[in-house]
Amino acid sequence: MRLVNARPGRGSSLALGALPILLVLGAYVYASAQRLSANPDDKLLPSIPQMWRAFLALATEPEKRSGDILLWSDTLASLERLGIGVGAATLSALTLGIAIGFIPRIRATLGPFVAVLSVIPPLAVLPILFIALGLGEASKITLIALGIAPVMIRDIAGRTADIPEELIVKAQTLGASTWAMIIRLVLPQVLPRLLVAVRLQLGPAWLFLIAAEAIASTEGLGYRIFLVRRYMAMDVILPYVVWITLLAVLMDWILARLSISAFPWAHPREAGR
Amino acid sequence: MSRIEVRDLEKRYDDAVVLERMSLTVESGSFCALVGASGCGKTTFLKIILGQEQATKGTLTIDGAPIAPEPDPDRGIVFQRYSVFPHLTALQNLILVADFKAAGPFARTFGVRRKEARVDAEALLERVGLAHARNRYPAELSGGMQQRLAIAQTLLGRPKVLLLDEPFGALDPGIRGEMHDLLREIWDETRMTILMVTHDISEAFKLADRILVFDKIRRDPQAPTAYGAHIAHDVPNNPAKPPVAGDLARVARSLGARDNHPHQPEGESP
Repeated sequence: MRLVNARPGRGSSLALGALPILLVLGAYVYASAQRLSANPDDKLLPSIPQMWRAFLALATEPEKRSGDILLWSDTLASLERLGIGVGAATLSALTLGIAIGFIPRIRATLGPFVAVLSVIPPLAVLPILFIALGLGEASKITLIALGIAPVMIRDIAGRTADIPEELIVKAQTLGASTWAMIIRLVLPQVLPRLLVAVRLQLGPAWLFLIAAEAIASTEGLGYRIFLVRRYMAMDVILPYVVWITLLAVLMDWILARLSISAFPWAHPREAGR
Repeated sequence: MSRIEVRDLEKRYDDAVVLERMSLTVESGSFCALVGASGCGKTTFLKIILGQEQATKGTLTIDGAPIAPEPDPDRGIVFQRYSVFPHLTALQNLILVADFKAAGPFARTFGVRRKEARVDAEALLERVGLAHARNRYPAELSGGMQQRLAIAQTLLGRPKVLLLDEPFGALDPGIRGEMHDLLREIWDETRMTILMVTHDISEAFKLADRILVFDKIRRDPQAPTAYGAHIAHDVPNNPAKPPVAGDLARVARSLGARDNHPHQPEGESP
């Protein structure tokens, strides 16, 4: 049988999907054991129990100076920045995206502006934000929002412009005003796509978050990994990376489920199951 | 009353002339079938009546008043594709019409008016045979069911003129027959003015009381877009009786001369 026609079943799909993860994990455990047997104080590749102990300490024991439990205070600080930044970007994508995609005069006015904005590398703007907004929360949140909003706005504007002309003409023959079309036709059709855009932009959002935290912060997941880097504390960095990955996967999963349950018409296949 | 008058209409895109010297009077309550070779301007003409396209020259009035330069509730339309709203169930698609009329910040009806709209919608779903599918989304409906829903939705808007753009072109022959029956019943009941673009000559003779054949008056082989089409043949028809053989032959000849695939859906207008 040709390779393109040999489809794995459910069970073997799962096994095949787990294979690379297990391979990498196995390689790490082996390499770590090798180094630790040569030098028990090696910091580069800590064993899994070592990392678990360090992680548990961060997740349960209050820090001596501040009394905070570091993992939770870091997670809370980071998620708050991420949430506000992504939220602001999402809201602007929805309003500006629909306005640009649906109303020709606004498209003519703002379309080129947003197109130019979206090619500015956000990290190049970071110093400006620090100077203008200070080193506090505002500059970090603005970096996240500014970093992902232009792409999201263009995405939603494009999706709005893709709504078949037939539907828009039909709505007008039924007496719909521009506003009525926006809230009863465009908004519902664009919302599933907005969730997709948020999912896609969560990756860059994390990037901007960690970059901002690494440069100027006193708490946060990105701050912590860059702080302990000075002591080569891989037993903290690696669990933090895994923790960030877990958070990101969880967010993605929640958004995907939300889309299926809230917009069944946009997922005829998944919803039928 | 909804009498359509077209005087010396012309439509051109840059140098390409699509329609020229078009004059036509459609009496109120008439059912006209618009036939013609692909790309001869039938759909463009429909779009001009709809307000989606503007004529380059000439006038078009409904009951003596010039048509609005954008689509409005005077003219209802059923398209071949994207004919209903995919994010709403069958019932919601019909209630939407009342919602649009209610306007306001939410474009929704509330309370008693919503109940009334719902009752109307349910009755109409029953009428077009979709009562069992009221809570299904269009993607879960067959092509024929979607078009039934689209017709019902358009009727709720109470247009003066009903425009149909190859509404049954994508349906199986059996389903198409059912749709013809439905459309004829609706026409008998409401006597609204109907204009239907179709590629199916037998459909035209079965439903319409007047058949308008679009064709070019003049032709320049060196510049195929130099001249536009107008109504080359205006054939009265009695849909209750089998077509007169001479009429059928005349229409078929004017279509068949340059178009060997009369059932192919028409491409975008040039």
